[in-house]
Amino acid sequence: MKKELCQVVSNQSIADSIYELTLSGSMVEEMKPGQFVHVKVSSGLDPMLRRPISIASIHKEKSEFTIIYRKQGRGTSLLAEKKPGEFVDILGPLGNGFPVEEASVGSTAILVGGGIGVPPLYELAKQLVKKGIKVITILGFQNESAVFYESKFAEFSETYIATVDGSYGTKGFVTDVLSTKNIGGDILYSCGPTPMLRAIEASSYAPKVYLSLEERMGCGIGACFACVCHVKDDPDGHAYKKVCSDGPVFRAGEVAI
Amino acid sequence: MRSLSIELPGLSLKNPIMPASGCFGFGKEYSQLFDLNILGSIMVKATTPEPRFGNPTPRVAETPGGMLNAIGLQNPGLEKVVTEELPWLEKFNLPIIANVAGSTEEDYVRVAERISKAPNVHALELNISCPNVKTGGIAFGTDPEMAKDLTKKVKAVSDVPVYVKLSPNVTDIVKIAKAVEAGGADGLTMINTLVGMRIDLHSAQPILSNRTGGLSGAAIKPVALRMIYEVSQQVDIPIIGMGGIQSAEDVIEFFYAGASAVAVGTQNFVDPFVCPTIIQELPALLEKLGYDHISDCIGRSWKKNEQPAYHRA
Ligand SMILES: Cc1cc2nc3c(=O)[nH]c(=O)nc-3n(C[C@H](O)[C@H](O)[C@H](O)COP(=O)(O)OP(=O)(O)OC[C@H]3O[C@@H](n4cnc5c(N)ncnc54)[C@H](O)[C@@H]3O)c2cc1C
Ligand SMILES: Cc1cc2nc3c(=O)[nH]c(=O)nc-3n(C[C@H](O)[C@H](O)[C@H](O)COP(=O)(O)O)c2cc1C
Ligand code: FES
Repeated sequence: MKKELCQVVSNQSIADSIYELTLSGSMVEEMKPGQFVHVKVSSGLDPMLRRPISIASIHKEKSEFTIIYRKQGRGTSLLAEKKPGEFVDILGPLGNGFPVEEASVGSTAILVGGGIGVPPLYELAKQLVKKGIKVITILGFQNESAVFYESKFAEFSETYIATVDGSYGTKGFVTDVLSTKNIGGDILYSCGPTPMLRAIEASSYAPKVYLSLEERMGCGIGACFACVCHVKDDPDGHAYKKVCSDGPVFRAGEVAI
Repeated sequence: MRSLSIELPGLSLKNPIMPASGCFGFGKEYSQLFDLNILGSIMVKATTPEPRFGNPTPRVAETPGGMLNAIGLQNPGLEKVVTEELPWLEKFNLPIIANVAGSTEEDYVRVAERISKAPNVHALELNISCPNVKTGGIAFGTDPEMAKDLTKKVKAVSDVPVYVKLSPNVTDIVKIAKAVEAGGADGLTMINTLVGMRIDLHSAQPILSNRTGGLSGAAIKPVALRMIYEVSQQVDIPIIGMGGIQSAEDVIEFFYAGASAVAVGTQNFVDPFVCPTIIQELPALLEKLGYDHISDCIGRSWKKNEQPAYHRA
């Protein structure tokens, strides 16, 4: 973990309200798939807090990494204005990341992403494929204009798309694709909205399941107790996990979601 | 750095800069970023007799120039703090200030008695001002008689000096300050957060699941300064000031208002290096302003007849 001024290499819109930002900095050396960075989008008070954004791809040879974000509120809108050559104050990499080592060579991994939960799965897919693991990707979006990275995933994995309104791919949710296409595998990794993660946790598409969670954050490093969740075995007790530093990735059944 | 050393009850501070309670955990996370030895002290997270989970999430919401939090005093409990968290901090040359919280008088007394015996705890910060718990906490901090009583009881069992953390959510903060001074407080820390709210545009419901939360950050700086200015003129015990500090200039402003040391809270989340940066920048700022020592700044906004050091030379 370090705090670094990373230089903008490129920052462009890749789908409706979705931006892809590539930055260069030495913190790339430490990055793993599923980790996130805490981004200070403005040097002043508006807005004040950092924004957590997942690492979408890592290019160690160029000391570059890419994040993909949805332009939503004040913070991400300002981020969308960053021009190549400008510097962005980044704290990272943070969190634990997806356990690539849990997938064994020759096995099949299912990657399930929803909306802005798709980005961290991309670097994960790259690393799994490189290790000799078969990857099946199912991505869910609101509608056709929100779809991104389909062809990138399709380069090295069997890729399915679901849209809520049916304007592209299968109509419905990622879980509809999983069920109707009868998809199964040895390990499943997922990131996306909480209802989607709950649905995945409740079914049994693979014996091993890892989920990446989202929570509002303060520090992002484990000091402020803003992002805490209960553990599954003790849902009303005082045992806890911090999404920022114990997560954001948890084994299904580890925490109460 | 001789120009920064400050002596307070129980605390020999190499510099008057420390992270505020709840914004730095028990130091472990930030120790991955810098050497904690450079700090004056650390005000560690509130400790209650038993472990506490705190409030449901969302626990934080951003506001212009600040944030609301409703953590709800989540902490690992007295036993773990005394046997794991505080011993871990012993490797640093730091006088620790332990933040003591609870729901009842007995809770405070129990925590204070035990935690004040920890070898590296040099002072207690009695948290009678947390706005995010249903019982205790702020109730003690808004009633002068209760505040005085509790201070007395904690003083009676504590092995180290007791600082009382004041709530800004009162009509007359001077009254509470005088009451805890009469109860035997060795110092004051102020201010805790101001109760506030944010409401989500789409759901029409408060963003925080606790509905209300404590406002902190730059937005509360003027309130903190005004309160320290008022209280420091009415009591004879030192004040550790906090509320929106972001820079060395802010630190001097707090000293001018009447603080003898300061704590930095929310800004640690924005810039984890804020404390080291302030400590590094202070000596040059003091020199620029013409002071030999930071203590020359204490209460300068109301000690009208004193000339700055450079006028005396
Ligand atoms: C571990 C993690 C990884 C994430 N990865 C991505 C990603 O790869 N791409 C992406 O587009 N988004 C991601 N998010 C969500 C992203 O943090 C929010 O979209 C962003 O903070 C919104 O900021 P804003 O100022 O535009 O929105 P506003 O709504 O104005 O933000 C107000 C406040 O709420 C917080 N907030 C709002 N939405 C969220 C949210 N969903 N999660 C956490 N905090 C939120 C903001 O940080 C800010 O403090 C991730 C969140 C987490 C916790
Ligand atoms: C996330 C968070 C947690 C806090 N927890 C505590 C606490 O446990 N005990 C306490 O006395 N004050 C707590 N505070 C209050 C701070 O110590 C401080 O008084 C206040 O935030 C004002 O300073 P700031 O504006 O620099 O943050 C907390 C503040 C924040 C933002
Ligand atoms: S965001 Fe501070 S502990 Fe997770």
